[in-house]
Amino acid sequence: MRELHKSGPGSPRRVRSRGPRWVVRQVVRFAVSLAALLVASFAMIHFIPGDPVRASLGPAAPIELVQARTAALGLDRSIPEQFLTYTGHVLSGNFGTSFLSGEPVVEIVAARLPNTLALALLATVVALLVAVPLGMWAAVRTENGRNRGTEYAFTTVTGTAVAVPEFLYSIALVTVFAIGLGAFPPAGKAGAASYVLPVLALAIGPIAMIARISRAETLRELGTDYVRLARAKRLPAARLYLRHVLPNTLTATLTLGGLLLSALIAGSVLVEYVFAWPGLGMKIVESITQKDYPVAQGVILVYGAIVLVVNLAVDLALAALDPTSKIREA
Amino acid sequence: MSDTPPAAHTRRGFPMKPRLPRTPAAVAGAVLVAAMIMLAVAGPPIWGASAERIDAAAILQGASAAHPLGTDSLGRDLLARVLVAGRFSLALALAATLIGGLAGIVLGALPSVLPGRPARLITGTVNALVAFPGLLLAMFTAVVSGLGARGAVLGIGVAIAPGFARLTQTLAATVAGSDYVSAARMLGVSRRRILTGHVLPNIAEPLILQLTQALGGALLGLAGMSFLGLGVQPPSFDWGRLLYDGFARIYVTPEVALGPAAAIALAGIGFNLLGDAMAKAAARTAAGGKASDTAVPPDPGEPNPGAVLEVRDLTVAFPGGVTPVRGLSLTIAPGEIVGLVGESGSGKSLTAAAIGGLVPYPGTVAYGRLLLGGRDVATLSGKALGTTLAMVFQDPMASLNPALRVGGQLAEVARVHQGAGRAEANRRAVDRLGHVHLPDPAARARQHPHELSGGMRQRAVIAMGLMATPRLIIADEPTTALDVTVQRQILRLLREVTEESGAAALFITHDIAVVGELCDRVMVMYAGRVVEELPVSRLAAEAAHPYTRALIASLPDMATDRDKPLASIPGRQPAPSEVGPGCAFADRCALATARCSAERPPLIPYGEAGRVACWEVK
Amino acid sequence: MIIEDLTVRFGAFTAVDRVTLEIPPGRIVGLVGESGSGKSSLARAVSGLVPYTGRIDGARNVQMVFQDPYASLDPRMTVGESVGEGVRRDRAGRRAEVERLLGLVSLPAGLAGRYPRELSGGQRQRVAIARALGAAPDLLVADEITSALDVSVQGAVLNLVRSLRDELGLSMLFISHNLAVVRYVSDVVAVMHQGRVVESGPTERVVGEPAHDYTRALLEAVPRLT
Repeated sequence: MRELHKSGPGSPRRVRSRGPRWVVRQVVRFAVSLAALLVASFAMIHFIPGDPVRASLGPAAPIELVQARTAALGLDRSIPEQFLTYTGHVLSGNFGTSFLSGEPVVEIVAARLPNTLALALLATVVALLVAVPLGMWAAVRTENGRNRGTEYAFTTVTGTAVAVPEFLYSIALVTVFAIGLGAFPPAGKAGAASYVLPVLALAIGPIAMIARISRAETLRELGTDYVRLARAKRLPAARLYLRHVLPNTLTATLTLGGLLLSALIAGSVLVEYVFAWPGLGMKIVESITQKDYPVAQGVILVYGAIVLVVNLAVDLALAALDPTSKIREA
Repeated sequence: MSDTPPAAHTRRGFPMKPRLPRTPAAVAGAVLVAAMIMLAVAGPPIWGASAERIDAAAILQGASAAHPLGTDSLGRDLLARVLVAGRFSLALALAATLIGGLAGIVLGALPSVLPGRPARLITGTVNALVAFPGLLLAMFTAVVSGLGARGAVLGIGVAIAPGFARLTQTLAATVAGSDYVSAARMLGVSRRRILTGHVLPNIAEPLILQLTQALGGALLGLAGMSFLGLGVQPPSFDWGRLLYDGFARIYVTPEVALGPAAAIALAGIGFNLLGDAMAKAAARTAAGGKASDTAVPPDPGEPNPGAVLEVRDLTVAFPGGVTPVRGLSLTIAPGEIVGLVGESGSGKSLTAAAIGGLVPYPGTVAYGRLLLGGRDVATLSGKALGTTLAMVFQDPMASLNPALRVGGQLAEVARVHQGAGRAEANRRAVDRLGHVHLPDPAARARQHPHELSGGMRQRAVIAMGLMATPRLIIADEPTTALDVTVQRQILRLLREVTEESGAAALFITHDIAVVGELCDRVMVMYAGRVVEELPVSRLAAEAAHPYTRALIASLPDMATDRDKPLASIPGRQPAPSEVGPGCAFADRCALATARCSAERPPLIPYGEAGRVACWEVK
Repeated sequence: MIIEDLTVRFGAFTAVDRVTLEIPPGRIVGLVGESGSGKSSLARAVSGLVPYTGRIDGARNVQMVFQDPYASLDPRMTVGESVGEGVRRDRAGRRAEVERLLGLVSLPAGLAGRYPRELSGGQRQRVAIARALGAAPDLLVADEITSALDVSVQGAVLNLVRSLRDELGLSMLFISHNLAVVRYVSDVVAVMHQGRVVESGPTERVVGEPAHDYTRALLEAVPRLT
């Protein structure tokens, strides 16, 4: 482009150092977010208008039962006192007990969390494995406006696929492959075959989204001087794309992978609901509709903590992997 | 490179009237959204009655002629209910979007008004919330505000808000940091005027665009909440609630889920396609030009056997009659350094790209002859081309791959084209780095590009070209991004390298003074053609073409008379699509006659070893 | 105007280190240096755009013209609106003033209704200068105003800079990495290196008999045609 002499204010380039101080800052930020999450989950019960115990037990419940439950939950004490108890309990692994079944919430979470994580992780892996090569291929084929037809088909198909929510994919897959063809189990978790439809339903939207981003990133890379130089050196195509282009798109891909995992953990709520999958998502819907507040509170806390952990892990992994350490702060 | 073809003349402008592209996707999106709006307006009055008509005789039916999508548990027609539910679904989505958008915009704007500490607190909170999946925020809010449409709308609004806040913050910060806001502040324009005059107009468009896209997202989110039973509760119904009811019967009569599912999918797709098209329209810059026929290159004559590079009648054209390089010819002898000088848009960088086979699609290259080392470039293998031709680009920051070590990038050439083993290739890379006077080459080879200064990087790029035994080095503005003291070192290095290896060089620059430092011969380009060619020793005193002379006179040097005004050239260089039949410089030339604008002067020999294209040079 | 002991810090980095510089009225002081020398930070401090320590005396109204004419005009304002921003008059008065300002930078009055995207780089830079002149500044800071322009346009902008001094008696701080350009327009030259002014004095003296090694190195590096 034009020959601008680089001399902005504070010409020293603001390269954020990713030293130990940065790591400490990330961890502190993580801890603060976790604390905020704890406060939010505690406050949730208190924001509920009216008496949550009464709301949960229904108008017909005898006053003695309501009072006993309230006392058992400690809801009759002062707010700071309650918060301290709550924090103490959470830290010692006690998330309370279900209003309805009397089961400890920790046990519910422990039984169901692995099922949700399995779905979300599998879908993330599938999405990345399909979408990144797909996006790269589309970029190489449509570079500089060649193959308009391919470009057009790619943007239209992905644009459409992105816009359909996962629960519609779930319903469509169940109707066609489970009810119609009987090829896969329609619901529940029983063996490898039962994973296919939920993972697919969860992955289609992200595949479309990541393929678009992967294409854009690759196009940007193909336009850089070092790729032009690599082309001038007449490197074989495979070497050009795998060694020069791919590594530079990985930062974005990894960032996305992390965001995607958090999004899929939440997105699995709807998919689990359609497939009656014994995961956390199914449970949170049940607990909210049945006003089983301790369960809802515990599950939301766990969901939130997972999101925070995933984000921290991605940030640290990026800092460790990126040679220039100039990644944008998320 | 400094001449990026057709787009070069529309840089950084914003489109005058963002118009939706007429692609089928954009049209489909617009039609779907229009249909949704019409449905929302007309649905309830038309089908309202049949949607509420209870029919005990037709309970829980599947598809039939009377009820194409079946009936519900009270025998009400599901098709009518789907058509009626459009209004409620869209209204809820609109409400959620407005709540979320408004809250987000306020949250995003607050930090620029508030003092430091609260501003940072808000920014931090927004950053933390953005990372949370929207559905999680929505469910949290729904628990607190109770099951039902109100809770779901609030929940989705809360889920949308952080994204808006972040976008507002980023946009406002970009505008607030711009030079034109700085200028307004210096002029004493009030904060309020800056906000209403500069900031708001420049961020409004992307925000409105985002609102449109968020509307689609809100609709899907609300449908999801209702589908889970957390949203709209009976007797009210939206599409999500109808899907909830239909899903319960999916094993018996799957068709009852079809109506609401299709409605949700179509709405989602419609808003998304329209949003995409609008975003594209907003980002697009106008590009114009008219078609023209490409001339057949004339007979190139006899080849010059001694030349390293021989180009005859090189033309680079882009669709739409844009021809940035027109019939260019040049010859470079072994060991010779030729400077190719021109302003941006003259076609000099595309000439280099054409010789290196790097003209971007959809550009087409035509030539009478393009010989490198006596052989047609088109017949050369990738290996032969990769080893006989070395290229150096303007920005050394961008010429090295940031992800790979410097040594590895050099060694690559030896490994791919010369079959060297890893150790041998690395040894050679270190040797070449030493050759370009990079201190401690072995250590530098192990570093990544960002650890080197700009000058060192440009040395490394030159070393990369020397990995093989290049016959020709093409350097495209190699010193423009460097400081003058570093520029001098790199120029010396280029001279040294060509003398040592016997390679020839084509040196491309906008700065005619630099040519004097390095080159043997100079060619001046204007609007895609060479207008003058002469030995550098005669450039200052004996240039003949009015453009060359004006270029030299308009450039102050250390001997320029400070009491006289500098020469300047009125007007501007014509764009590649605007070049007429005559001399392209005629409009700006003091000597121009009627003949100049009618008939193009040929490039004819002039003086000693020179050529010039001008009717007025005698 | 006098700058005394001016220091600009960005975090731990000192961009401008205790610079003292005098800009005599009606004179152009050229500030030359390489990237990272602190010359642009100094310009922004003088213009009040970045915080600094030290004293700046004798210039209440400082206006600045920026390097990139494609970024320094609001794309959504017409040329007339941009130029009129600093003009405090009624509608008719403002219009006449905009016309006068455009005339000062040799642009036709008809350009007032156009948008920046319709203008060439050289024209935009003239508009930016006219906008700054609208505030009747005591000092005009010009930061690399020709480095984004093509050579054939650069000469005309430099001529304009000189004529503004001669005709309006404008004081100016003219910043550039190009010593030949600075030499041509300036009465006084200051050489900046690593945040400090290493040498300053009348142009002919600094260019003719440089006292500092760095000045000599810069002079040595200026490319010459012959």
